[in-house]
Amino acid sequence: MTAELTRGQNHPLPRARLEIRVSAGTPVVAGATLGDENGTIHGDERVAHPGAPTLPGLEVSRQAAADHRLAVDLDAVSDEVHRVSVLLALPVGGRGPARFGAVAAPFVAVTGLDGDEVASYTITGLEAESAVVALELYRRQGAWKVRAVGQGYAGGLAELLADQKLPQAHQLAASIHEAVASGLARSIPAPPAAAPAHRPDHGTAPQAGPGAPVPPASPYDPQGASAPGPQTPGAPGRHGAPQPYPGGPGEPAATGQPSASASAGGGPIDYSHPRRQTTAPPSPPPAAPPAEPGQPARPVAGDATGWSMEERLYNQVWGMFEDLARTTAAYRSAVDFADSRMEKELDQALSDPRSRIGGQGDAAREAARERHGRLVSQAREVLDRDVAQLVAEAEVVDPALPTAFARWDNPVWHAYRVPMEIPMALRLGDLHLPEADRIRIPMLIRLPLERGLWIDSGRSASLDGSFADSHEMRRLGLETAVAHAARLLAIYPAGEFTVHVIDPAGSGAQALAPLVQSGVLAAPPAQGAAGTADVLARLTQRVDLVQMALRGGAPDALPPGLDTSQQLLIVNDFPHGFDDRAVNQLRYLADEGPAVGVHLMMVADREESAGFGPLLDPLWRSLLRLTPVADDHLADPWVGHAWTYEPSLVPPGSQVLQQVLSQVAAARRSWGR
Amino acid sequence: MTVNMTKGQAISLQKSDGGSLTSVRMGLGWQAAPRRGLFGSRTREIDLDASAVLFADKQPVDVVFFRHLVSDDGSVRHTGDNLVGGVGQGGDDEAILVDLQRVPVHIDQIVFTVNSFTGQTFQEVQNAFCRLVDETNGQELARYTLAGGGAFTAQIMAKVHRAGQGWSMTAIGTPANGRTFQDLMPAILPVL
Repeated sequence: MTAELTRGQNHPLPRARLEIRVSAGTPVVAGATLGDENGTIHGDERVAHPGAPTLPGLEVSRQAAADHRLAVDLDAVSDEVHRVSVLLALPVGGRGPARFGAVAAPFVAVTGLDGDEVASYTITGLEAESAVVALELYRRQGAWKVRAVGQGYAGGLAELLADQKLPQAHQLAASIHEAVASGLARSIPAPPAAAPAHRPDHGTAPQAGPGAPVPPASPYDPQGASAPGPQTPGAPGRHGAPQPYPGGPGEPAATGQPSASASAGGGPIDYSHPRRQTTAPPSPPPAAPPAEPGQPARPVAGDATGWSMEERLYNQVWGMFEDLARTTAAYRSAVDFADSRMEKELDQALSDPRSRIGGQGDAAREAARERHGRLVSQAREVLDRDVAQLVAEAEVVDPALPTAFARWDNPVWHAYRVPMEIPMALRLGDLHLPEADRIRIPMLIRLPLERGLWIDSGRSASLDGSFADSHEMRRLGLETAVAHAARLLAIYPAGEFTVHVIDPAGSGAQALAPLVQSGVLAAPPAQGAAGTADVLARLTQRVDLVQMALRGGAPDALPPGLDTSQQLLIVNDFPHGFDDRAVNQLRYLADEGPAVGVHLMMVADREESAGFGPLLDPLWRSLLRLTPVADDHLADPWVGHAWTYEPSLVPPGSQVLQQVLSQVAAARRSWGR
Repeated sequence: MTVNMTKGQAISLQKSDGGSLTSVRMGLGWQAAPRRGLFGSRTREIDLDASAVLFADKQPVDVVFFRHLVSDDGSVRHTGDNLVGGVGQGGDDEAILVDLQRVPVHIDQIVFTVNSFTGQTFQEVQNAFCRLVDETNGQELARYTLAGGGAFTAQIMAKVHRAGQGWSMTAIGTPANGRTFQDLMPAILPVL
């Protein structure tokens, strides 16, 4: 959005850091003066010119040139300055023109640092003048604005400066011209290819050859300034940077030039963050091979959307979950419909008095049953077709799963390495439906955990009556908890996941042995009421501190010794060893912990804590209930089927857990925790 | 009311090469109410809703509308409720996609309806239309211009029903009145 100003017009400035670009067809001197609210300049030190190119918040070029860039930072300009006047003057004593009337109208533009033009102004109507105030940046009610001035002075710089009430205007003007002249003498011959650097509509291309000034080598021009030595003709960068001034008529090449010159000046600039790779487009997902005609496409692992293979597999697993839920819903609703229709038809056949005579009734009943059977078998056929496809998909997806998503019997665990990054999800177990017993859907939940886990060791949890023994259930519950905790420890990078255990009666020592012996725990399992209180107090304090720091917006202010990793508290045998205070602390951790990285894993039978009354109901509700044995208590989010959950357990006799945990322990030791 | 397809006309959705149509889309488009200047957000928005009712043997089994966007079996999907309409240049503002291959075996008819949830009659709505499109090739199967269609707030548009091994479609185009599909049930049942 460029405002093309005419003389006297003003325009607000959106930001303080600006660039003023000057384009004249002939070499000019560019400068700036800092005036007070009356426009008065108090002394030489308020004038930026080639002899003194930098002032606070202001920088001009050292030489006369056809193109200039002036850097302005209005925030850095001192408070008593109310006006910044940008002035142009023709150098004296050279072979160039002596009055602006003889050259093309100079063009000035105010741009942001990114090159966006804010306002531009073409100074027209100049005649005998050899110096001109082009623009004025001025304060107005606390904000800066720009005004197109275009006030020319036939008396040159001296008259211009004197008009701004500078005491030694003539001396300063002379010294400016002297500085410019010496700058010209220092400068190198402009290459013959200089002509395209200038706006054609500004007419007079400068004479190429010795003595002609080069376009500015301003200190902030990275390519020009650092290489004052002779340059080969047409060397890019010299002319590349300052030349394009879009906005003028009849300059079709202008917009095309910056990129061309930039690329010639040292290859295209790579704007991407050197270490941030996620913004790169993801590699395309593996494409399914073309299907045989009449056959469904062969499934491929990772055939879903996502930025990484992990995300694609996660989405694919959820897609399979939804597909199985929906195809089963179709089957169930078809069977339900068939059942109700048959019932109705049988009722009709029965209630129709005519059907009681002869074989009519039997025939009607037979027909109803046959219709039922036909519909059900059709539905079954569709279900089998869909399940077969999902089974085929699961067969390719399962081996491709990363450790966090894989079953413990997956070979990927034997090639386990301590990861460098937190995975996006965690496999808690398998889900399946009675209609499709052949397929197991991994139950993946996102990390970090949003809810605590409750491994229900209650007797009612089992589907079949075989695990009626409550002691056995408690053991299984803790084993499940250990498997989940070991998986969490394994899939987090070293030192980013810490597990605490409360085992008040010490009854879980055998099940906890893999965790204790491998040395992955922060401390040995806490025992007794005192140990319980101690662990709870430490975790409660951690939640408090982190919450305070986050709410106060000062996460850096945490004490140096604080463990910032995710914390998991495994509570066995609840409520054994818990008094009212400890129960309240536990509830506090369950409510506030997940947001600050403290998670609960309860191994408990709800009945045993019934003595606390309804006080604990919110606690149980806030936890995700899992079972140590297969149980159908989980519903899917689409149609609400009851899915049978099976925990993800280490196969009996397998040493994979010990191997993985010893690697985790070694990594933690080398991490220094 | 412009009916590009004659009322009651049935189209078999069998393709010429013998393969049957696999997926259809019902599209609904209308022009948003004009802005009223300063407090433009208080413009009386026009909210038309597309719904699909799934029938098994003349009993409604499932319905896909703005509060139940996917049928339980996943075969019928609503792309989401549009509360204000669009630019009125012929694009679908709401769409219902039907994957005919995945429709459960007992579902034998799917009826598409349009309702004016905010109560404007089709006389008051600009550039409103609904159409059925063969998703596989983008070909329009039926199109109704609703705008200027009389003082009605609903229309029972068309039904897709099983015929032999495949599906066919019958244009209905019966005007009715109602806020959501529930109000239309008495009007739908006779056309089954």
